Amino acid sequence: MLNYLSNPQRFMGFSAWAAPLFAVLATLLFAIGLPWALVFSPPDYQMGDTVRIMYLHVPAASLSLGIYAFMGIASFVSLVWRHVLADVAARAAAPIGATFAGICLVTGSFWGAPTWGTWWEWDGRLTSMLVLFIIYLGYIALWSAIEEEDRAARLAAILCLVGVINLPIVKFSVDWWSTLHQPASIMRSGGTSIDDSMIGPLATMAGAYAALFATLTLYGMRAAIFRRRVEAAELRNAA
Amino acid sequence: MNAFSVTFRRDFAMMWSGGGALAPLGYFFGATMLVPLAMGPERDLLAAAGPPLVWIAAALAVLATLERLFQADLEDGSLDQMLLSRAPLEWIVLAKACALWCAIGLPLALAGAPAAIALQAPVERVPAIVASLALGMAAFIGVGLVGAAITAGVKRGGVLIALIVLPFFAPPIIFGSAVASGEDVGAALLILAGCALGGLALGPIAAAAALRLQAE
Amino acid sequence: MSGVGPFQDNPCLRVDGLAIARGGRVLFSGLSFAAEAGEYVEVRGANGAGKTSLIRALAGYLPPRAGTIVFERIAEPALALHYVGHANGLKSNVSVASHARYWSGLFGRAGDEEAALARLGLGGFGARLPRTLSQGQARRLALSRLLIAPRPIWLLDEPAAALDAQGREMLAGLIDAHRADGGIVVAAVHEPLGPAPSLALTVGA
Repeated sequence: MLNYLSNPQRFMGFSAWAAPLFAVLATLLFAIGLPWALVFSPPDYQMGDTVRIMYLHVPAASLSLGIYAFMGIASFVSLVWRHVLADVAARAAAPIGATFAGICLVTGSFWGAPTWGTWWEWDGRLTSMLVLFIIYLGYIALWSAIEEEDRAARLAAILCLVGVINLPIVKFSVDWWSTLHQPASIMRSGGTSIDDSMIGPLATMAGAYAALFATLTLYGMRAAIFRRRVEAAELRNAA
Repeated sequence: MNAFSVTFRRDFAMMWSGGGALAPLGYFFGATMLVPLAMGPERDLLAAAGPPLVWIAAALAVLATLERLFQADLEDGSLDQMLLSRAPLEWIVLAKACALWCAIGLPLALAGAPAAIALQAPVERVPAIVASLALGMAAFIGVGLVGAAITAGVKRGGVLIALIVLPFFAPPIIFGSAVASGEDVGAALLILAGCALGGLALGPIAAAAALRLQAE
Repeated sequence: MSGVGPFQDNPCLRVDGLAIARGGRVLFSGLSFAAEAGEYVEVRGANGAGKTSLIRALAGYLPPRAGTIVFERIAEPALALHYVGHANGLKSNVSVASHARYWSGLFGRAGDEEAALARLGLGGFGARLPRTLSQGQARRLALSRLLIAPRPIWLLDEPAAALDAQGREMLAGLIDAHRADGGIVVAAVHEPLGPAPSLALTVGA
């Protein structure tokens, strides 16, 4: 299927109906997931209602990592096959990944405030997420800093792959560091343990985030391809 | 004489000439000096928290030198010649990295001794701190090479290279600071050595790939 | 003669259907030519037509949009080329002799670097720094690379820029000697260099 879509024309045809479809799916999933998570799911026996923030926090965290992996694959394709769609995909996905990482950090802060009594705590997982957030910012800044788009795409791809290799090292280092300094951490996956009743809203929210990513990335890619077509036409007219 | 040694000698001479190492050293000491200015001079506080901060100063100082590493080569046409050399570009980049480590990284590591003492590190810990800084510099340079190569064409790319490279400085800083605080020194030094070797093995490969793109 | 020795292998440069693009814009396409040992290809064209891009593509820096560049009877193209572009490749605070030694190590030495410098009119300039040289002298220093390391294919981009009449004569002599040794010269120029070209191309017409 990827091979089929690798033709930009066919991709535009595919995304013309796929993007609105994902948009509808995302809206639906958020419409179900948000009330379920924030109002109707049971409160945690330890943390009470603050556990509801987890439903926003955990999917954002997983997705932001997943999006970076997506960008890594797109970057690899970009370097090996020099394909425009790969460049466009990686660039479109980055701001979304960065935003999800930002959501993870902010919700993590809100979640921690009642628990820790402070608005920020250098918890191992939050710290790793902060590093990922900055890696995203660097990637996005690089695209803007280099004028020739082809070169920017390739250099950004190298940067993304370097990040992919370094992320496990950073995660390992931060975990090592946090065990060394042993801060009080309640942020284990899903709070205390994931009860069956939590899986439903969690999965729905995860699906909602994923559909939102697909929607925004597809629309972003379409916008980029339209822009390139306009620029190519202008170049032809000027010549 | 082969391509590696002529590149090493030329880059070392260029970095070292005209007191070339003095500016990064000055930056390093200046940044170190800011620590007690920010934290207060109280000895106990500094002794508890100060020594690891020498790593922040070291990271900033080496970052300043990384920015210029490839920019001149790209602008004056030297990169074109390196691409035609007998030796692969990766090897030449490694030579430049070694020159940077010898000319600036190692002096910065040695300067870590007085800096750590100024930040109230116990004297018996200083040799380990210097060793960790020497390894950390190699790790910084290894990953910094890639950032420098990627941003080589960008005008005033100093802030950009910092943004790109600082997240990857985190592992050496974490392990180096552990040595500076005296915790788990043996393990931390081993891991730092791993970071240094990994950085110097993989960094030139990615940097050379980026430089070939810059030459287009 | 030139001191770099004859090139025994009879190299050949063959370009087929070459198209070069920069910044998304195709500069030229469908360029085909061949240069045998001893030939001199002169590339003409208006400003911005793509002469520099063609030379850089031949040097391997710029991947072509379409077409092929083949070096026949040459094992490793990157080791068989010399490139003298607009930028001289000089470091302003490294001495002339030091540059010569650096290129010697970088490319593999031929023989006496001092003799090579002397042939370009830079004898005795060993201790000078590039920032004290005139444009023409700096250009000569860049051209000295051609003699310091023997390589069959010379890719030159406006090599006579900033050279005086004597310098241009010397350059013409170098090209003739290189051709006699069986080497190939491809030069992008605005004005004729002197030696009669085996092939005159115009790019981007």
